[in-house]
Order: sequence, then structure tokens, then C-alpha cells
Amino acid sequence: MNGALRVDAGGRINRARPLRFTFDGHELTGFEGDTLASALLANGVHLVGRSFKYHRPRGILAAGSEEPNALVAVRRDDARYTPNLRATQVELYDGLEAHSQNRWPSLSFDIGAVNDLLSPFIPAGFYYKTFMWPRSAWKSLYEPRIRAAAGLGESPTQADPDRYSNRYVHCDVLVVGAGPAGLAAASAAADVGARVILCDEQSELGGSLLGEPDGARAPQIEGERASAWLTQTIDTLTRNPRVSLLPRTTAFGYFPHNLVGLNQRLTDHLANPHPDSPRERQWQVRAQEVVLATGAIERPLVFPGNDRPGILLAAAARTYVNRYGVIPGSRAVVITACDEAYRAALDLHDAGVFIATIADVRAQAYGPLAERARRAGLPVQTLTTLVGTSGRLRVNAVQLARIGDDGKVIDGVQTMPCDLVLMSGGFTPSVHLFSQSRGKLAWDDKAQSFVPAQSAERVRSAGSCRGTFALAAVLEDGASAGSAAAGDAGFANTARRPAVPAADPAIGAYAGALPQPGESTGHKAFIDWQNDVTTRDLALATREGFRSIEHIKRYTTTGMATDQGKTSNLNALGFVSRQLDKPIPEVGLTTFRMPYTPVTFGAFAGFARGDLFDPTRTTPTHDWAARNGAVFEDVSLWKRARYFPRNGEAMHAAVARECLAVRKGCGIFDASTLGKIEVVGKDAVTFMNRMYVNAWTSLAVGRSRYGVLLRDDGFIYDDGVVARTAEDRFHVTTTTGGAARVLAMMEDFVQTEWPDLSVWLTSTTEQWAVIAVQGPHARRVLEGLVEGIDISAQAMPHMSVAPGRICGVPMLLFRVSFTGELGFEVNVPADFGLAVWEAIHAAGQQHGITPYGTEAMHVLRAEKGYIIVGQETDGTVTPDDAGLAWAIGKSKPDFVGKRSLQRPAMAAADRKQLVGLFTADSQVVLDEGTQVMLERDQRPPVRPLGHVTSSYYSPVLSRSIALALVAGGRARMGEALYVSTPNGDVPVQVTSPVFYDSEGARLNG
Amino acid sequence: MAELSAARASPRITACGLLRALPPIGRYVLRGGPLVMAAAGSALGLAISPTVCRSWVNMNRAALCLGPDEHLLLGPDALEIAGVLEPALRDLPHSLVDVSHRQTALEISGPHAAVALNAGCPLDLDRAAFPIGMCTRTVLAKAEIVLWRTGEDLFHIEVWRSFAAYVSRFLDEAAREVAF
Repeated sequence: MNGALRVDAGGRINRARPLRFTFDGHELTGFEGDTLASALLANGVHLVGRSFKYHRPRGILAAGSEEPNALVAVRRDDARYTPNLRATQVELYDGLEAHSQNRWPSLSFDIGAVNDLLSPFIPAGFYYKTFMWPRSAWKSLYEPRIRAAAGLGESPTQADPDRYSNRYVHCDVLVVGAGPAGLAAASAAADVGARVILCDEQSELGGSLLGEPDGARAPQIEGERASAWLTQTIDTLTRNPRVSLLPRTTAFGYFPHNLVGLNQRLTDHLANPHPDSPRERQWQVRAQEVVLATGAIERPLVFPGNDRPGILLAAAARTYVNRYGVIPGSRAVVITACDEAYRAALDLHDAGVFIATIADVRAQAYGPLAERARRAGLPVQTLTTLVGTSGRLRVNAVQLARIGDDGKVIDGVQTMPCDLVLMSGGFTPSVHLFSQSRGKLAWDDKAQSFVPAQSAERVRSAGSCRGTFALAAVLEDGASAGSAAAGDAGFANTARRPAVPAADPAIGAYAGALPQPGESTGHKAFIDWQNDVTTRDLALATREGFRSIEHIKRYTTTGMATDQGKTSNLNALGFVSRQLDKPIPEVGLTTFRMPYTPVTFGAFAGFARGDLFDPTRTTPTHDWAARNGAVFEDVSLWKRARYFPRNGEAMHAAVARECLAVRKGCGIFDASTLGKIEVVGKDAVTFMNRMYVNAWTSLAVGRSRYGVLLRDDGFIYDDGVVARTAEDRFHVTTTTGGAARVLAMMEDFVQTEWPDLSVWLTSTTEQWAVIAVQGPHARRVLEGLVEGIDISAQAMPHMSVAPGRICGVPMLLFRVSFTGELGFEVNVPADFGLAVWEAIHAAGQQHGITPYGTEAMHVLRAEKGYIIVGQETDGTVTPDDAGLAWAIGKSKPDFVGKRSLQRPAMAAADRKQLVGLFTADSQVVLDEGTQVMLERDQRPPVRPLGHVTSSYYSPVLSRSIALALVAGGRARMGEALYVSTPNGDVPVQVTSPVFYDSEGARLNG
Repeated sequence: MAELSAARASPRITACGLLRALPPIGRYVLRGGPLVMAAAGSALGLAISPTVCRSWVNMNRAALCLGPDEHLLLGPDALEIAGVLEPALRDLPHSLVDVSHRQTALEISGPHAAVALNAGCPLDLDRAAFPIGMCTRTVLAKAEIVLWRTGEDLFHIEVWRSFAAYVSRFLDEAAREVAF
């Protein structure tokens, strides 16, 4: 095949640039400017796919994004394999490799086509009725089989290697659709200086004008040929720096406050895309005003066998002839309820296609187009319906029948051979985006369609998307919409208000199934091509009692395919309306959902992939830790050193070594990720008293205290050491993960509850690098480095804070310990963190200083019974539950959560309380999260007493330890309970949660 | 003990054609009412007013108004800013917090700068909507930044230090595709 089915000249293809491509391995040629669909038709290929459910042979129905049948896969390599593309939107490039889908072993011989013969057994909703027994077989047998047999394309098997981009943009006027209405609107808005974005899903701007004939038969705009007007209009827009023109860009979704999502396809049409170019870009457009000029989609007619390859929408056939120079057949039958089909017949006739007949279902065909057709000698039959078609892989004949005056079909069928059928049921305005914007639609009897009525956003529709079809009227409508939009956006409104609006006569439309003889012909009449929904399915649904169109949609799946019912919705409504004997507006309309056409996952992901999926936060010592072999763990967005294995140590060995180093010598730990909030103002202490459970008035400057923060409900929200660094200044620390939410909660209270307080909050989390130096030798390590502070036990006792210097840089030094050992936390401005860390590490060498990670930190604090918020607490733990009742300032009039703590249930004796557990076998380490039970080997239902919150092997105790929340736990000291393990329940003894140095002698050393 | 200022280590970033790291500077967050701002302005030689999203520059000092009671003060030396402000504000209720090391500064420049920023920043960066001198706290993709237009095609970005690597990598990636 050589792509020879072309007219000699004309169209928008470049005959000087032939392109090779393959379809299912067949080598074919087309031209620059072709779509895959036009190139296939030029090669005489009408059979391009198999249908979703019945595996019926399918061809190309349309010429645009509404195409329901011609879904293909395009492959560049194994990773760049895109299924379910509409052949009508795939631009041809040299070397394009396309494949048909949903067929095996081949497109022309497909085993799955047996489904077509079995169709009486698989009606609408069959999977709800037929495969109910045995119940277990649904998941294992029926559903997988049905999913395999029904189908669209296959997913690619490798990660997507392409780049995707995102761009936010603002404009005065966004115009969606660059047909005559959109171009006129954009020009009008641009002329008065508005910032305009004009997008269109097609490769070229022009919309319906691209499908018009050129030369002598060209439509005229402002006294010149449409093509010349188009070129000049685009030139003018291109030269305007305030205008962005976006071809290949689909407005796929309309979001609140005039945010419109655009999907721009940048490389899919290129043979050799630039490696730096994103494949697609998502535009998030915030528009002051939106003009929708989304056009209209021709409506198919519903008759038996209306899905055979070779049966096209009339306007699509016209586009193939005029835009692509393709002759889609040699002998055509036209079936129509709309004047526009005559225009198509005339254009095809001019291209040399034999028009066997124009069958018009209407009683009269008087319009100027019909007159032109008659004058051209084309046979016209009115009151004629189509009752059947034949042809296995392509239509080869149709059966026509006369309609009587009563609307019933008269007996007697006229068979007419043909290889092409053009059909037109009128045009359905594309109101998808308008509907997504929550605008109200109204029924337009003339267009037999829903059209936009009241807008909910600052949006207006123009042209055929609101039921205006004549070119002159469309242009005028577009221009005035563009002017009015610019006017509303604050520019001059130059809208011309013509005395006589351009004429827009009715062109005819039809919704529902064509009249058929009483007895069924046995052929299926399709309403939804892509989901294989027929008139019989809809009739079944109404027979079974479905009345709401939303229910009928879900039961039959009509309008639910990837095309979202672009060609099927109105026919489904028309058919159901007749079945229920209710007018269409009463049947209602289903919701238009985004996206308008499918959008790739990549476009939504944008840049957020790989290392840009989320920020990775690192501390000032990160590189040092990495150089020293640290294994990191993720703590919220932070990377924290978990442990520092030496010489291939396993984790438990490294952690044990690090723990013992802290207990017996000295350890160094990066605590920089702890949240820090500077609370400043003369009311700072009042604020702290109200916020935290603790009493702060008595905290002296230079001292710190462990603070507990509750939510309103009385449960622990966060904790941390709080230092008073001046009368009016507190340095508050929070948990690593809680930093942002604690600040947000505090701000909430300051701004909404206590705006009278003179207090301000500033996050200083990242201002400070925090280096914890812990262990019996900690003081000796720091002694030589610290300047300006006496760090002796007497001068700087536990929980004191002092400003000073270290290594010549300013420091805030905390005497504080989360390990139970003598400890300091050195706070220095973050840029100095690494240098000071290295200096302390060097000075500590003689004392065996050992870097330790978060795992050792966890073990060390668990040995001391220190809780970790989120581990010992889960949003249902009160301070008393956690053994922290001592922290509560008893005489304070109020604090966040105080009232909730006074509820009786919060003081019940059987609340879960924090205890320690010793396993009977000291070497058994329990699993965290495991249930704690009263008896061994209980049979379900088991009522657990609580659960293990933390569990480790304690190197210093040479045995396992666990913290647990146990009902009435503090009254159970010494009791034997049981904890389940993978090897069965094991006995444990309830003990104090403080396992090591319970007097705190080491802490105060 | 030797002064370690030489060992100051700013967060590492991915520089690219459009983006460079700015040298370390001093920064304070000043919170307080109009009297505080007026007093701070006259002490610093800046004609500060509580107009949000506007900045004032004098020599190498700048004040960025980020909220009705919040200014971000920038200057070559943190200690110097504090030395000037503390006496001037002593009797006024306010909060002055050193955040010199909390964040780092990046500069993005060139005719594509705004487009690259708009890959992750949802604000309108048209010169009419975001003129020179405008500043605001905003987002760049998944990070919070302070964005300050310092020239027609010049933006100063303040970002918390641990997000600097992400922000610079993001802008590097975004800058790669502005031409397509």
C-alpha cells in the first residue's frame, strides 16, 4: 500500500515530505501534516482496532479527540510505549511505530470476536448477575478473565524515562479552543492589551477552519479566503508579546476560581525530540476571565451495524478530504438528520467520491446546502432511515427503508452497495469545561443539545460550543465574547453590538436511535462505541426499572469510557427519553468529569520524581556522617544518621558499641533536627503557661525544664526541653517531626485566642546546629573548648543553660541529657556546625569519643524510661498515662488541655499506663506493637491489656527491655503478664519504666 | 581558641546558568507594631512602613515586610544589626530573633528567571503584578521560600538551609526546559 488514496493537490499536508511509518508491522507512508488516522485512510486501512467487549472490528469514526474507536499504541522503545492513543490525534513522524489493541492473534482474525456471538449472554451489567456463584470465584476466576477479555491497551513495562514539566501562569483572558470563535475572541481581547492565552488541542490553530476547502470553494471571512484570514490572524497574535499561543494543548480540567489545567504535548509529534525537552507540560492557568470556544462534536446516528469500519461522521470525512487530501472511499452513502452532511457530500463529490445517495431522515431538506447538492446532481431521499449494514472488516452495503408519515418504518428494504457511510445527527456543543466549572446548562431544542446557561465562574462560551453554528455568527460571537472578557478584566470593552445579529439558522439534529422496523434485524445498534453499549443495553436497563440517567450510565457503562461519552451522551439521553416517555431535560444529564481527554501520569507528577519527589533535608554534619560510614534513616523529611558501623559491623553490634561508649566514656550525636521556636515578648511567660502543662513563672533565667504540650483534648501532642534565656525570651525545643505543627498550633492560639498577648514566635530550628556530647567524660571533652562559661557541676548543674563561645563562635550551651548520662548540648549557628563538630570530635579522641546515631539514642533513652512522642504516645495518652503528671503545674488556672484532663474518664484507674516489661528470658526482644495479655495462649476474642511501645536489647544491662502501655499498669508492678511472639506467648514481668540509674546519680554527675 | 569564622559552611546548592548562591549575610526577624517598625527604620536608615510585600533598601541593608507585624531584616553583619536595633527598640514591645544561619540566599537571574520560578511558584510574576521591590513568603514546589524581586530579571530567594539543596535542584531542572 502506498498511501495513494489522495486528491492531487490541496489540504494542509506537505506532499514534499513523505514519512514512513508502520502499523502492526506493515510499512506504510504518509505526509508531514498527517495524523495516523489520515495516513491509514490514505493507505486504505479502515480496520484499526477491536471493540472493548465484543471484539468487533472497528474503524476510524471521527477526525478529532472525540474518536471512540481508533485507539492505538505508539511505541518508541520498551519504556516509551503509550497505549490508548486516539489515532486521530497521533501526529505522523518519520519512523512512527503504531500497533492496534485488544486483538489476538491479529487484527483481522481475533479470537475474542467470539464474544460478539455470545453477546446475548453478556448484556449490560452481566457481571453483576451471571458470575455470582461460587462467590470465591469472582476474584480468582471471573474477574481476571473478564478483565483480560475486555480491554484497552497494555501498560508499558518500564519506568517512564521522559521529563515532565509544570508551569503556573496568570492571564487576563484564557481562550480555550482556537477555532474561528476562539481566534476572534483572542484577537479582540489582545487588541485592547489584555494578557491572553489561547490554547488548542490540535497541532495547528484554526479548529474547524482547518477542515474547510481552500481555493474557489473556500468560505470567506472579512472578504478573504478563510485560510488567508487564519494565517493573518495567527501572525498578528504571534507578534503580540502579551499573547501566548499554545497548540497541542488540551484544557483538561476546570478548577475553582478560574484555575484551568492545560496539558501541553511537546515531543510526541517529533521523530527525534531534544533530550532536555519535557515530553509534556502541565499549565496551571489562573485566568481573570475565561472564554470557552471549545466547538461542537458531530453526533453519530444510531442504527443497526453502525460500527463497521468505513462508517464515518460526515464532518470527519470532510476533514479527511479537505485537510488531509484523503479519499476515504469510492462509493458513499450519506445518512443524515443535519444539513451539514450535504456539505460533506458536496466536498467528497468534488474529490471524486461517488455519492450513491443522501438519505435524510427528516421530512424535508430545503436548506441552501441541500439545494446545492440537488443542483450538483446528488440523489437526495427524505424520510429515509438506515436499517442495517453488511461487511465483515469494512462496510460493503447498507439497507435503507422509507419512513411513513406516522413515523413508522414502511416495509421494503433497499440495499445499496458502498464502501463508505457518512452519518450526521447534528452537532453536540462541547460543554464539558463549562459544566466542570459548575455552570448551569439549558436544553436547546433547535440544536437538540444542552448549551451553557448561567456561569458560576467568570467564564463565557462562544461559537458552536453554545449552539451557534453559522461561521459568520460564530466569528461575531467570538469577537464579542473576547471583548467582553477583556472589559471585565479591566480593559476597554469594544464589543460591537450589531443591529442585526448574524443569521444562525437551524441546521437540524437528532438524538436517539433512528426509526427501525418492528422486528429486530439482529444487528447491534451502538450508542457508545468505546464501551460497546447498544440500544438493547439501554432498553434492558429501563426495562429492569432504572430511571435515573446516572444509574443507567453506571449499569450500562454508557458514557464511561476514556472518551467520556463525547459522541454517545446525547444519543443515550434521546434513546432513554423515548423509552421512558419523558422529555430529555427531565431525564437529566450526567456529570462531565475531568479530564476532557486522558492525561498522562507523568504530566501530573511533573518535576516531582526521583530526588525531587520530596525535599531531602540534611543537617550541617551530614557530609561528615556520610564520610564516616553512617547509615541514615528518614525522619519526616530529614536524613538522620541511624548508626555508624565500623569494619562491617552489623547494626546490633554497632548500636551496642555506641550505647556502651556513651555509658562508659563519651558519645557525640547530631540533634540539629529538633524543632526550635523562639518565644519572645513581655507576655512570653504567660503564653508558655497557657500553652504547656508546666509552670514557667518559677523557671529562672538560665534554667531549662522538660515541657509537655497537649491538644485541647488533653492528650500529649509534643514535648521538649524549654530554656528561659531572658525574662521575656524562651528557647523552646520540639520533636523533630513536630516542629512545624507545634509552631502552627502556637500561632493559631496567638492569633485567634490570645491576640492581646505581647508575644511573637519565630522558628529557629535551622538557625542552630545542635551537638549533643553525652557520657561520663562529656565535661572533660568540652572543658578545653568552651569559653566564657564555667561548666563545672556546681556552676552548671543539670538543666542549666548559658550563652558563651566555643571555638571562637557564639554558642548557647545546654546542660541536658536524653541519655541519662552527664550531658551537654552545644548549640552553634548552623554554618559553624560542621567545624565545631569536628573540633569536639578531635578534642574527644583522648576520651574515646564515639559518634552515635538515632538507634543508640533510642536505646539509651528507653533505658531511662524517657518517652518519645509518637512511639509511647498515639494521640490517646495523657501526661498521667505516660507517667508525666509531675510536670503539670497544679496551681495554674488554665493551660491547653486542662479542662479535658478533668473529665472522670481521664483519671480512670484502668487507663493504659506506661510501665516497663522484663521478659522472663532476658535474651528475648519483644516486637514493638505486640499486644500484652493477662493470660497465656488465650483463644479469640482476646482482650489485650495493652501493647509494647518500645523494645530493645540493652547492652549496659545485658538483657532485653521494653516499654508498654498497660491497663492499670502502675498497680501491676511485679505481676506476670504475657506477650505474644512469633514463637508463642512469653511471660513478662511488669516493672518500672526506668531500667537504669533510677536515682539519676549519673545524670547529675 | 582560634576564630572559626573561616570554617563557615553554607548549605550546598546546585548552581546553574540562572542560579547562584549569594554570600552569607546577617538576618533578623523583627516582629512588632508600627512604632517598632518606625523606630527600627530610623535606626537602620530605612524608610520602613508596614506595607506588606514591599521592601526598603539602603546601601547593603534591606527590610522586607512579610506580614503586618513582621519584617525580615538583611545586612552584611548580624551583630551590627543587633547593635543598632537593641538600644533603639529597648522600650518597645517587640521580638528580634537572629536567623542569619536559618536560611541561605540564592539569586536567579535572566530573561527566563520568572518562567523558571513559575515551574514551582504559583504567583503571578509579571512585572506589573510583581514589581521590582516586591517580596513575599511563598512556595516553590514543596519548599517554602521568600521571593524578592530585586531587578527586572533578578530575584533574591531566601530559603531555609535544609531546603536549599532541593530548591536549587528544582530550579536547575526547571531552567533546563524554559526554552522548550
